[in-house]
Amino acid sequence: MTTSDKWRNPLRDAADKRMPRIAGPSALVIFGVTGDLSRKKLMPAIYDLANRGLLPPGFGLVGFARRDWADQDFMKVVHDAVKEHARTPFNEHVWSQLAEGIRFVQGTFDDDQAFDNLASCLAALDAERGTGGNHAFYLSIPPGAFPTVINQLKRAGLAQTSADQWRRVVIEKPFGHDLKSAKELNKTVNEVFPEESVFRIDHYLGKETVQNILALRFANQLYEPIWNSNYVDHVQITMAEDIGLGGRAGYYDGIGATRDVIQNHLLQLLALIAMEEPVSFKPADLRAEKVKILSATRPAEPFEETTARGQYTGGWQGGQKVPGLHEEGGFSPESKTETFGAITCEVNTRRWAGVPFYLRTGKRLGRRVTEVAVVFKRAPHLPFDDTATEELGQNALVVRVQPDEGVTIRFGSKVPGNTMEVRDVTMDFGYGHSFTESSPEAYERLLLDVLLGEPSLFPKNDEVELSWEILDPVLDFWARKDEPALEKYKAGTWGPPSADAMTARTGRHWRRP
Amino acid sequence: MIIDLPSTTTSQINSRLVRLRDEGGATTLGRVLTLVIVTEDGQRTDAAIDAANDASREHPCRVIVVARGARQAAPRLDAQIRVGGDAGASEVVVLRLYGELAKEGASCVMPLLLPDTPVVAWWPFEAPVSPSKDPIGQLAQRRITDAAAEKNPIKALESRRAHYAPGDTDLAWTRLTLWRAMLAASLDLPPYEKIVEAEVTGEADSPSTDLLAAWLTDKLKVPAKRYKATSGEGIVQVKLDRPSGAVDLLRPDGKVGTLSQPGQPSRRVALQRRSIRDCLAEELRRLDPDEVYAAALKSLSKVAKGRAPSAAKPEEAAPESANGKAPAPAAKKSKAKASS
Repeated sequence: MTTSDKWRNPLRDAADKRMPRIAGPSALVIFGVTGDLSRKKLMPAIYDLANRGLLPPGFGLVGFARRDWADQDFMKVVHDAVKEHARTPFNEHVWSQLAEGIRFVQGTFDDDQAFDNLASCLAALDAERGTGGNHAFYLSIPPGAFPTVINQLKRAGLAQTSADQWRRVVIEKPFGHDLKSAKELNKTVNEVFPEESVFRIDHYLGKETVQNILALRFANQLYEPIWNSNYVDHVQITMAEDIGLGGRAGYYDGIGATRDVIQNHLLQLLALIAMEEPVSFKPADLRAEKVKILSATRPAEPFEETTARGQYTGGWQGGQKVPGLHEEGGFSPESKTETFGAITCEVNTRRWAGVPFYLRTGKRLGRRVTEVAVVFKRAPHLPFDDTATEELGQNALVVRVQPDEGVTIRFGSKVPGNTMEVRDVTMDFGYGHSFTESSPEAYERLLLDVLLGEPSLFPKNDEVELSWEILDPVLDFWARKDEPALEKYKAGTWGPPSADAMTARTGRHWRRP
Repeated sequence: MIIDLPSTTTSQINSRLVRLRDEGGATTLGRVLTLVIVTEDGQRTDAAIDAANDASREHPCRVIVVARGARQAAPRLDAQIRVGGDAGASEVVVLRLYGELAKEGASCVMPLLLPDTPVVAWWPFEAPVSPSKDPIGQLAQRRITDAAAEKNPIKALESRRAHYAPGDTDLAWTRLTLWRAMLAASLDLPPYEKIVEAEVTGEADSPSTDLLAAWLTDKLKVPAKRYKATSGEGIVQVKLDRPSGAVDLLRPDGKVGTLSQPGQPSRRVALQRRSIRDCLAEELRRLDPDEVYAAALKSLSKVAKGRAPSAAKPEEAAPESANGKAPAPAAKKSKAKASS
């Protein structure tokens, strides 16, 4: 360790901005490699990284699954996944170089022999490919299996490090289903891997638009003066999906939209929008501000009026006849799982006192969209006739996270003509219009950060626990009472009537994204 | 859509652009830069326009192509506007300048620049001796040249050194990024030892090889030796010597490299040559002066030229060398352009 600390690489230079950071020699082990996420996101992201020259020459990719595959079979699976889903064009040279480091280990999670095989496979990779004893374990598996796998890694000696080597573990949401289970999960993981080696993937944080929230807020003079309760009326954070839950019953039933999305993605977005300026963009400083704002956030009461939940029913959506939740395979007809969840948060700081933050998410809504809308107060005095401003709404700044990434500002403008009439218009910034790079996929950025050991875009255990502290009271209330009622909403609409009621009680309304 | 505006003025072009925006939506409102491409009119204009089209697909900016035509003709400005499918993701304005006007390209470019956004000038072929003093170069924050595409690449590089101004950059430098990243990454690992000697081997007329040697000289504080390769394309080999053994990066075929280090298995590295549009994409990512490039240029004179090619085993690279040698001027040009 000491020599590497003292060593200053003569070829590196802070002024050399075009030189990319290439990950050091390392191997990535994926558990649950036959899953959708692995095929559609992880494998293509690994290839895209290789194609951009960001993976080290000594890189190994090891798949671990129950299938009876040889290395070649697995290689074929990766090959097909890359061909179909990669963002960058397929290049035979890049592929063949990557393929040299692909291995497969067959086994189940409770099979000691399989993990011993994994250990010897990694040792062989270190020798043949020079992966340097640096291993990242990506657990793309149901959370129930975490303890088994983590203890197996420990038993097989795969979690121990020596100097100049690292071990990292990557875990996916859900990070528990309430505060208690989240703490247990953190304890299980931290018993084997210290917190600095744990990377929790929240793929929203890997998105350019989300990182741009920091640039928008802290690199510009324009917004800071109005970014407070003097000017902001309320904030709406929406993540809507148009797909249903066909085939996901096993994971989703009993979890629901609120745990699935609000706990991680939406509360992280809230933290980035509401937090104070960090003293620097070092991971620790950034996290300090996020923790601070999350600890000041509470769900607004009374919950029967400030929250909403719903379940989609079948119908026609976008030219297709779609089933309702109870008709989807795997869900019981009595399922109480909500597919739409909305909550109201208050952030108890001087900056945000009195500004409600509305968070909503759902399946089978009008269209697929994720956005953050900061809605401003009306001008206190309008020197126009009443008729002139009839059509004028509230000013708004909207960060479109996906799709069509960008930022929109809505403001009033005079309608051409000889009467004074003011109407809302929008000013638009689109990433695709203004920047040359097609944005890397979130998983590309996050996987590279794991290999580089760069933790800023990964929520830490205290952030996860604080999010549950915010959400638990609402979930308990929902479990105890039948208020607000679990309402039905038609597929393709924007949620149940109670969602509109929760904003209407204070004279506000949801934006149609 | 391609709109021809023969014998026109820039105000007519501008009003046509505004009209197109009214009809077809806000096509240029989100653009963040103007790319000015300067070439001679003639057979190579088409190549430049193709490159512009290609570039516009990757860079949604306004592209202005200045094609300088016959100097003896009567002064005239012919313009062509390309939007939509014919211009990739942005709009291309081709200006053909004849007669006296050919020398006054800057006056035609000025009214077409997007307001308050950076301007990048790119000479895909021959560049002016001093890009920063050129009238179009003076409009630009960033000036991109390509030594490898000139008649005498090594001389062109020497001229870049002599006339360097902040904001200059050359695609010969851009082509090095992968090599530089790979070499830097190899020094991130143990043994942490000082490099005592550096050797770079490449084609005789590969400016990238010279620049790589100069960069190593500057960073490692040891004069790097520059050898001419007998076979291979562009850069062929880099060797960094240190007490416990050398880091050796060899690319005999211009596609796949082999990285060997003592105490570690030798590994294959995909080091394919980069396309022009790739390089341009990298250049447009940063619009501030490149200090590292400036320092490398300054060190060009400290590079020691060697005669004996050190490695590049001939049997491995023989097929490439067969068509890469005995250069007719035209063949040599295309080969040099792609060298990295």
